[in-house]
Amino acid sequence: MTDLATADELARVVREHAGRLAASLMSLLGDFSAAEDLVQDAVESALRRWPEEGIPDRPDGWLFTVARRRGLDVLRRQENYRTKLAQLQWPVRPEPDDRLRLIFTCCHPALAREAQIALTLRVVCGLTTAQIAAAFVVPETTVAQRITRAKRKIAHAGIPYRIPRDDELGERLSEVLTVIYLLFNEGYLSSTAEQAHSRDLVDDAEWLTALLAGLLPNEPEVTGLLVLIRLHRARVAARFTADGQIVLLQDQDRTRWDHAAIAGATALLMRTARRHHSPGPYQLQAAIAACHCEATTWGETDWEQILVLYNMLLRLQPNAVTRLHRSVAVRYVEGVEPALAELEELEGALGKYALFHATRAELLRAAGRPSEAHDADQQAIVFTANPAQLNLLHDRLSS
Amino acid sequence: MKYVLMFVDTEEFTKEVEAMSPAELEAAYGRVNQWFIDNADRISARTGKLQGAATATTVRLDGPEPVTTDGPFIEGKEVISGVIEIDVADLDEALRMVKTWPACPVIEIRPVES
Repeated sequence: MTDLATADELARVVREHAGRLAASLMSLLGDFSAAEDLVQDAVESALRRWPEEGIPDRPDGWLFTVARRRGLDVLRRQENYRTKLAQLQWPVRPEPDDRLRLIFTCCHPALAREAQIALTLRVVCGLTTAQIAAAFVVPETTVAQRITRAKRKIAHAGIPYRIPRDDELGERLSEVLTVIYLLFNEGYLSSTAEQAHSRDLVDDAEWLTALLAGLLPNEPEVTGLLVLIRLHRARVAARFTADGQIVLLQDQDRTRWDHAAIAGATALLMRTARRHHSPGPYQLQAAIAACHCEATTWGETDWEQILVLYNMLLRLQPNAVTRLHRSVAVRYVEGVEPALAELEELEGALGKYALFHATRAELLRAAGRPSEAHDADQQAIVFTANPAQLNLLHDRLSS
Repeated sequence: MKYVLMFVDTEEFTKEVEAMSPAELEAAYGRVNQWFIDNADRISARTGKLQGAATATTVRLDGPEPVTTDGPFIEGKEVISGVIEIDVADLDEALRMVKTWPACPVIEIRPVES
């Protein structure tokens, strides 16, 4: 036994093993829901007992033993499951692919988005229902219902437990990446210094993407997302003041960025780009983040390069949110007025989106139209719930 | 596994079909027939295309007496225009099949209780 475990260590160890255990029980029982329940039970026992008893030397063996014992107990009525479980010996050697099947099943397009996210966190990352509820600030019963409904649908609607066929892999992989990206975004936006003690969804998102990159080494978009997440994390120390206020990119102390992590992530992106020559949306967003990371001061930002990348991104995903982000690059390359003109066209699509109003406020202020900027900031406040963003907007309104 | 596919027409689609020339209509029916031929070994039961929602009659049995009314059970811009039953390995096979459907723009897939 090791020393008393911290919450972070617990999370890391559970995450490393829970998905593997789910995958091996799944291939043994052939029942997604039953396998998942057993793993969740084992994870909950671990979280109760390890803080006092310490993390066992073989956490995987420990989790396995608890799940097996529990299985023999609760599956009393399903004789065939009991027989299979009784024969099972430790160690089991799951194929690495098994977790890939888990991921694709959790992120099946026939499941609702919230269910995909909750299932992936619970099944692949080993989070408990309570941890998911806390991370998304929703009642635990809501998360539990989503999971139950999703598992019922997997069983009753015949959602297969399998890696998609080659001709469907691209589409299905993009569904998985969307789920991870949303997870990352949620964690990124809700992270403030005050919440440092709560579950770090960004950490789970990076871990999942790295797992996926290991299992699907020839998919450049997976690497693109991994680099994007790493570049954001490399700047996290400079994103907030000590009391949890947001520091805008232009005001950040760039010496506090993790420059070794930036160099590593950027090199990975370059290698991937050279090897595959197929830039997708995640690689392009990572490249844009890399441009920001490589500028030693805000003034040295290579906006022309960033605008080129946004133009490529806009061709691949011609939507209003991409145009909104692109407008910032337009401002620094072509000027405030063209950027504002671009924004005016997006009002219909993004009128209820806080970032749209906040960006517009900044441009209006730069254009010397302070009273309109004030109105736009007030609009932004209406559409955001994030405390750190609210503080920033209130500061702008009172200055 | 068995699933029922419910084909759903929208107002827009109905207008498009009405605006088709006889030749276009013939080509459209040809594509639908080809789809049924391509998927023949997956289709376990089918009816013909249903007549329009205006021809529907609904009977409600949840009151003291049966009540018969004119029209579909739910009034809306999207109406079921056909139903078939398929027998395939899993939802992914059903999804693949549905994605090649050449006519009406909405399909609901429902697993049949086994």
